[in-house]
Amino acid sequence: MARVHLWAGLRRFTDGAEVIEVEGATIAQVFAALRVAHPGLAPFLDGGVSVVVDGALSTNRHAPVGVTSEVFLLQRIKGG
Amino acid sequence: MAKDDTHAYRLIGTRPNRPDGLDKVTGRARYGADMALPGMLHAAVLRSPHAHARITRIDTSRAEALAGVKAVITRADLATGQSGEDWNLTENTLAGEVALYDGHAVAAVAATSKFIAQDALALIDVEYEVLPHLIDVDDAIRPDAIALRPGSADASVPDGSPANVVKQIEFGHGDLDAGFAAADLVREGRYLTEATHQGYIEPHACVAQLGADGKGEMWVCTQGQWYIRKMCAAVLGLEAAQLRVTPSEIGGGFGGKTTIFAEPLALALSRKAGGRPVKLVMSRSEVLRATGPTASASMDVKIGMKRDGTITAALCDFRMQGGAFPGAPVDMALFCALAPYKLDAVKCIGQDVLANRPKAAAYRAPGAPMGAFAVESLIDEMAQELGLDPLEVRLKNAVREGDKSSYGPTFGSIGLVEVLEAVKAHPNLSAPLGPNQGRGIASGYWFNHGGETSVTVAVSEDGGATVSVGTPDIGGSRASIALMVAETFGIGYDDVRVNVVETGALGVNEPTHGSRATFASGKAAVISAKAAISEMCRRAAADWGIEPEAVEWIDGAAVPAGPNAGQFPPLTMAEIAAKMGETGGPISGHHEVTAEGVGASFGAHVVDVEVDSETGKVTILRYLVVQDAGTAIHPAYVEGQYQGGAVQGIGWALNEEYVYGRDGRLQNTVFLDYRIPVASDLPMIDTVIVEVPNPGHPYGVRGVGETGITPPLPAIANAVAAATGVRLRHLPMSPPKVLAALKARG
Amino acid sequence: MSKVHVSATVNGDPVEFLADPRESLLDCLRDHLGLTGTKEGCGTGDCGACSVLVDGTLLCACLVLGVEAEGKTIGTIEGLAQGHELHPLQRAFIDHAALQCGFCTPGILVASKALLDQNPDPTEEQVRFWLAGNLCRCTGYDKIVRAVMDAAAEIRGA
Repeated sequence: MARVHLWAGLRRFTDGAEVIEVEGATIAQVFAALRVAHPGLAPFLDGGVSVVVDGALSTNRHAPVGVTSEVFLLQRIKGG
Repeated sequence: MAKDDTHAYRLIGTRPNRPDGLDKVTGRARYGADMALPGMLHAAVLRSPHAHARITRIDTSRAEALAGVKAVITRADLATGQSGEDWNLTENTLAGEVALYDGHAVAAVAATSKFIAQDALALIDVEYEVLPHLIDVDDAIRPDAIALRPGSADASVPDGSPANVVKQIEFGHGDLDAGFAAADLVREGRYLTEATHQGYIEPHACVAQLGADGKGEMWVCTQGQWYIRKMCAAVLGLEAAQLRVTPSEIGGGFGGKTTIFAEPLALALSRKAGGRPVKLVMSRSEVLRATGPTASASMDVKIGMKRDGTITAALCDFRMQGGAFPGAPVDMALFCALAPYKLDAVKCIGQDVLANRPKAAAYRAPGAPMGAFAVESLIDEMAQELGLDPLEVRLKNAVREGDKSSYGPTFGSIGLVEVLEAVKAHPNLSAPLGPNQGRGIASGYWFNHGGETSVTVAVSEDGGATVSVGTPDIGGSRASIALMVAETFGIGYDDVRVNVVETGALGVNEPTHGSRATFASGKAAVISAKAAISEMCRRAAADWGIEPEAVEWIDGAAVPAGPNAGQFPPLTMAEIAAKMGETGGPISGHHEVTAEGVGASFGAHVVDVEVDSETGKVTILRYLVVQDAGTAIHPAYVEGQYQGGAVQGIGWALNEEYVYGRDGRLQNTVFLDYRIPVASDLPMIDTVIVEVPNPGHPYGVRGVGETGITPPLPAIANAVAAATGVRLRHLPMSPPKVLAALKARG
Repeated sequence: MSKVHVSATVNGDPVEFLADPRESLLDCLRDHLGLTGTKEGCGTGDCGACSVLVDGTLLCACLVLGVEAEGKTIGTIEGLAQGHELHPLQRAFIDHAALQCGFCTPGILVASKALLDQNPDPTEEQVRFWLAGNLCRCTGYDKIVRAVMDAAAEIRGA
């Protein structure tokens, strides 16, 4: 199962867990699993987050996630 | 630093003249305000004179009655029922029930001349009930502060938070207590920065036309025509596809032209004026009062360090106000602040806070300069206290490929160590310093950004190439993209023309922001060119009667791949292009993607200053920028980004700030009072381009636009401390502040 | 307000226009004569983007009334090149990458020409102080100063 690292501010919605293990072969599937497990995360997932899979920023919600992947969620990164 | 020897490029790394240079030195280049259309009207905007006031009555009838006035609009002319950022954009475009800052638009007029439009503003009757206001970020989170916009907080804000906190962020890793316990020295400090403006010299300007059928066109100076289209459509209740937005040449943006301010007003006025085109040009004081400056910040930092300089733990707690709307870049400030350091224990907390100021927009590496000021200043103080070389402390703790970043993810290929080593080797570090002079160093970081990108490369009939990109050219990206496309095709730089096109010509593109134009449009252009090359190879193969796989593309021509493919003379791009109509039709390549493979860019600056003990004036004596470009496609424009970023940072550090009166009104609304650096303030800005290629780009590009504004704030504060023994923790270090600090020192 | 008929010479050509007495020379150049190369960055004489020569004197066109142009000889960016032959300053700005967005460039070129007309061999410090009234936000001035010095040397034949 992929390990999803949340930023600490999201722990309020996950009963204190900062790392959540969920099933999912793509980022979209991982997000769907997160929504089911912790509905309080939905506004953040819908509102736009940056996703880092195994160290690389990934913008495609259909990008593959491996069974041992480390996934980081970050507030959305933009620039000037 | 020497380029990677395995890449011997023909054109990349050279410095040809920019394709738009001739237009720009002769006055021919057309910017936002240079457009005029038949039947065009002129707009003027009525703005709130109060920082916070309820609008109890607004009567436009006298203005409408003035001869020559063709339309007057108020909030009732905008769409209703939006939520989220669309709602915030609408609220900012024209005040609804409450004016939220000095300069907030309240009504707008279109008339047959500028003077009539201006005269009509005086005939709009508005009654205000003035409300208490909040300007300072720390005041805005006091328990007794009035709530400016109840209900604006998102789900990230815990119950019981101060009323004006609209977003909260918290992240980190490791055992902070153990980290501080392991330190030999633990220090903390509060650092303050004031709001500054991007200060682009071209005010916002557009010419807009919108019919009753919901179809419209706009000519506008913007960093992103598709963003303008989407935002205007949301604010006016239009179908985005019915708006055609054409970007003019753009006279600077630095993030401030990635969003809308007055553009929807011009469209709404046109719609109300029977579809006549409306020109709207902001004055400088409108730009300063009512477009998007950056946030002001109040930042607490605590760092633990061992005697040898190893950082054991770091804690950042930042608060930023970004005006009366969510969007202060506190998150990105926290991501970047500690990014140059390998940390086992780190915690970052941030709050985005409302105040009665204009809606912040992005400003070059949004948030990063403030965070760097806080962290890099404290690290310098601690190095000084421990008797360590501040450069060695940075090298000792520098992140490398494979290290976990302070904000979570693991770094790929990065060049911080190479940057710091290049600093160490530079002669500026051994230049002698006199009395009242000091040297400061600081590091800086920016992620860079990929973003939605759509590009077409079309082969022309004579064998040249036309490139259509959606990222407006602010600093030479036509030149860098032409170099990459010409390199890829194996044709001349002058055989390529890069056009920045309107919204109808390509798929959606994000703006020129996040240092992405040369990275993302460049990458998509190279992939498009390769697609066109494949097609040309296929045509050559068909001509020769061999398999397409048996054809290679070398130096601008299709050639048989090896002796087994057959003996045919090369077919040049011009030869293939000349016959393309008879061999299957036009040849082009197209690529669209949300660009990935972004390479982050680290930099370090070294500055020497002299402090006048009589006046408190700080003079920049010497300035060095060292930054990792990945690959410098056109080194002159890379240097230009480094130099320009450094000088914007110098302004922020020494002089620029939004000054508010007790009445909540902005006091410095012209360039005389909001003084940006001028030529006589500065020395030459020395640059070193470090090149650690980004594996995520075909030619190694990282993006260079933003990192350069990040180190100057702390580098200059560190230099002032070295020169005077006085540590200034509140920017700008303007002469009165420096003088007061010197007097307090005695 | 009734308009005033103004006759002047702009870039060597005789011109006539009707100016509202409240209109700046900058607005008249841009809106009545179609000479949009001269830019408005501030309207208060602080940024120099509207630098023009009026009877040989360097001025901000935003601070001059259009009606004051009567009988005057005015030089704008559009008059700097002779046909296809660029002024050495224009060439130097392209060669040195001394522009990024290009919006301040016309004003800086006109101001630089005024400097070189009266001081063909300026020091770096003289260039920096002369151009202190011309704001550039993109370049940090480094390449601009180098371009002006280089063009001066070329004109001197050095």
